[in-house]
Amino acid sequence: MAKTTPNHTQAVSGWAALDSSGKITPYIFNRRENGVNDVTIKILYCGICHTDLHYAKNDWGITMYPVVPGHEITGIVVEVGSNVSNFKTGDKVGVGCMSASCLQCESCKNSEENYCDKVQFTYNGVFWDGSITYGGYSKMLVADYRFVVAVPDNLPMDRAAPLLCAGVTVFCPMKDNNLIGSPRQNIGVIGLGGLGHLAIKFAKAFGHHVTVISTSLSKEKEAKTKLGADDFIVSSDAQQMKSRHRTLDFILDTVSANHSLGPYLELLKIKGTFVIVGAPDKPMDLPSFPLIFGKRTVKGSMIGSIKETQEMIDICGKYNIMCDIEIITPDQINEAYERIKKNDIKYRFVIDIAGQSSKL
Amino acid sequence: MAQTTPNHTQPVSGWAAHDSSGKITPFNFKRRENGENDVTIKILYCGMCHTDIHHVKDDWGITKYPVVPGHEITGIITKVGSNVSKFKIGDRVGVGCLAATCLKCEYCDRSQENYCDQVEFTYNGIFWDGSITYGGYSEMLVADHRYVVRIPDNMAMDRTAPLLCAGITVYTPLKDNNLVDTKGKKIGIIGLGGLGHVAVKFGKAFGHHVTVISTSPSKEQEAKDNLGADDFILSTNPKQMLEKKRTLDFILDTVSAKHSLGSYLELLKVNGTLVIVGAPDKPIDLPAFPMIFGKRTVKGSMIGSIEETQEMMDLCGKHNILSDIEIITTDQINEGLDRLANNDVKYRFVIDIAGPSSHL
Repeated sequence: MAKTTPNHTQAVSGWAALDSSGKITPYIFNRRENGVNDVTIKILYCGICHTDLHYAKNDWGITMYPVVPGHEITGIVVEVGSNVSNFKTGDKVGVGCMSASCLQCESCKNSEENYCDKVQFTYNGVFWDGSITYGGYSKMLVADYRFVVAVPDNLPMDRAAPLLCAGVTVFCPMKDNNLIGSPRQNIGVIGLGGLGHLAIKFAKAFGHHVTVISTSLSKEKEAKTKLGADDFIVSSDAQQMKSRHRTLDFILDTVSANHSLGPYLELLKIKGTFVIVGAPDKPMDLPSFPLIFGKRTVKGSMIGSIKETQEMIDICGKYNIMCDIEIITPDQINEAYERIKKNDIKYRFVIDIAGQSSKL
Repeated sequence: MAQTTPNHTQPVSGWAAHDSSGKITPFNFKRRENGENDVTIKILYCGMCHTDIHHVKDDWGITKYPVVPGHEITGIITKVGSNVSKFKIGDRVGVGCLAATCLKCEYCDRSQENYCDQVEFTYNGIFWDGSITYGGYSEMLVADHRYVVRIPDNMAMDRTAPLLCAGITVYTPLKDNNLVDTKGKKIGIIGLGGLGHVAVKFGKAFGHHVTVISTSPSKEQEAKDNLGADDFILSTNPKQMLEKKRTLDFILDTVSAKHSLGSYLELLKVNGTLVIVGAPDKPIDLPAFPMIFGKRTVKGSMIGSIEETQEMMDLCGKHNILSDIEIITTDQINEGLDRLANNDVKYRFVIDIAGPSSHL
């Protein structure tokens, strides 16, 4: 058993990368006892986010090995601390990217704790007790109740898991830009992967006209017939791009590969808004002319607060919005990583942590 | 005399560049008769904008020679068309960047004609009659009354001229981001030139805490003592930049040299906004992380509508906001353009078009 924080006593089976090879292997470690503000969760499912690959391979130079990835977690509450009143044993819950924040700063007080400058993530973070956090590629999680959301009864736990990161990441920009309950707008979604396909589902549920913008012509049929997109633009086709100049009110850019924003900004109407949620390693090219001449706006957005995550998942319950997934077993994680690198997934891998018996 | 549109009959003395050497020489040309929607203006002063340099040297490959630059024009009305009711002979007026728009599109309808896609500029544009527009480096101008603003009586005509472009360019972003009627925000101004120095004056007049951010340590004293800035950050000093992280609500970026936004974005609080009004030729580097982790916004803005320009001008009258200028004669234009290219002016050259006798 690996060395962990001394006062952590609950043994857990998980899966970790031990070095920058990024290879995931079984790994046993300890978690803290369930504290007064904690809930203990039996993990059923965990989605695989592209961020997991970056951490497993130390792409950003910040990985603390061994790293247990996973921040798209669904499971069942099995223990509840004495201060916790909003959860009880047996509740269906989810945990996303956050494990702790300072709880005192302006961002925390405004329910924007995802922007707290002391925010700590569900894995590769440092919890209040000084311990390194381990994520959802594991059978059990102890989480402070303030970073847990309730999953509506009608959502299957496997297809709900990716909502905890991918879902809230695309939901918040729509909420922040008044696209929930607003009149029909023309919305563009760049990239049709885990994030993009959920963005289409939200935008259609909210009544908008949705254009998918992709480099792959092959995605047109899928986008229109299966996901309900109204229009499709192949971004490498200059003619098509030009014919849609100044037509969109809002664009959500989910691409994390390096790209220039110029051609996409031209698709926006005057005063249109472009939100970046993918995070390319290198700076993007931002040409000033389409920004200035079109009085356009470029914004960044990172996941969402717990309050927003709860709101998002409740809305998913209401509209039956779920992720399209491929279920894998824990011994298929490495294979899944290889396929994600090739974008060979529609649209999210979800690890069946508890085994097929869970049926939840 | 150069060939002009056949039905243009009024001879005018002006100053033009004839080729990409950019050298300005006297140039006689014709302007149209004063039409029913026109006013004729005896030009008193014309400011020199950095855009003038780009056009005279054909930096953007779009110059139609001979080019008579100048879009920061003040003067006196000498003739009024029969449809014009809001101006009369003797009125003190200004003309900025706009000569014509379609008057029919949604932007024109909403008083945002500066974003009309058929907008034509005061020089190097094409007016409705097919003629090439000639700007304010000339003794007289015929302008459609819809692109003319009134200058308050208490404002000096020479120091007012640069407000028609530099002033409105920095005013509109402040207005659009609710910084005209609210007080006490922390505002950063990047670059202390023609635009930046007016932005500092607006920021202070509207009751904000103003930080100047510059690459030149020599500008600190000037910024604080002469312009009233509250703070100064030397952007080349990483320690100073780090100390001021997450302190500003809003940044106005007036720099037109190529630069990366990353370090400046870090100065913004969460949800902060940076507006670009300078237009570097090459794309600006936009790193995703400070955008996403700080939920920050980058916007573009280009001058303002005539309605906004009038509003700005009236506020300048109320708050006594004027440009700091250096007056030159018409035979010093080339020297002025050279010094402007070297940033050797505090803060705007204004050409005394009508000669020393004008005293207005």
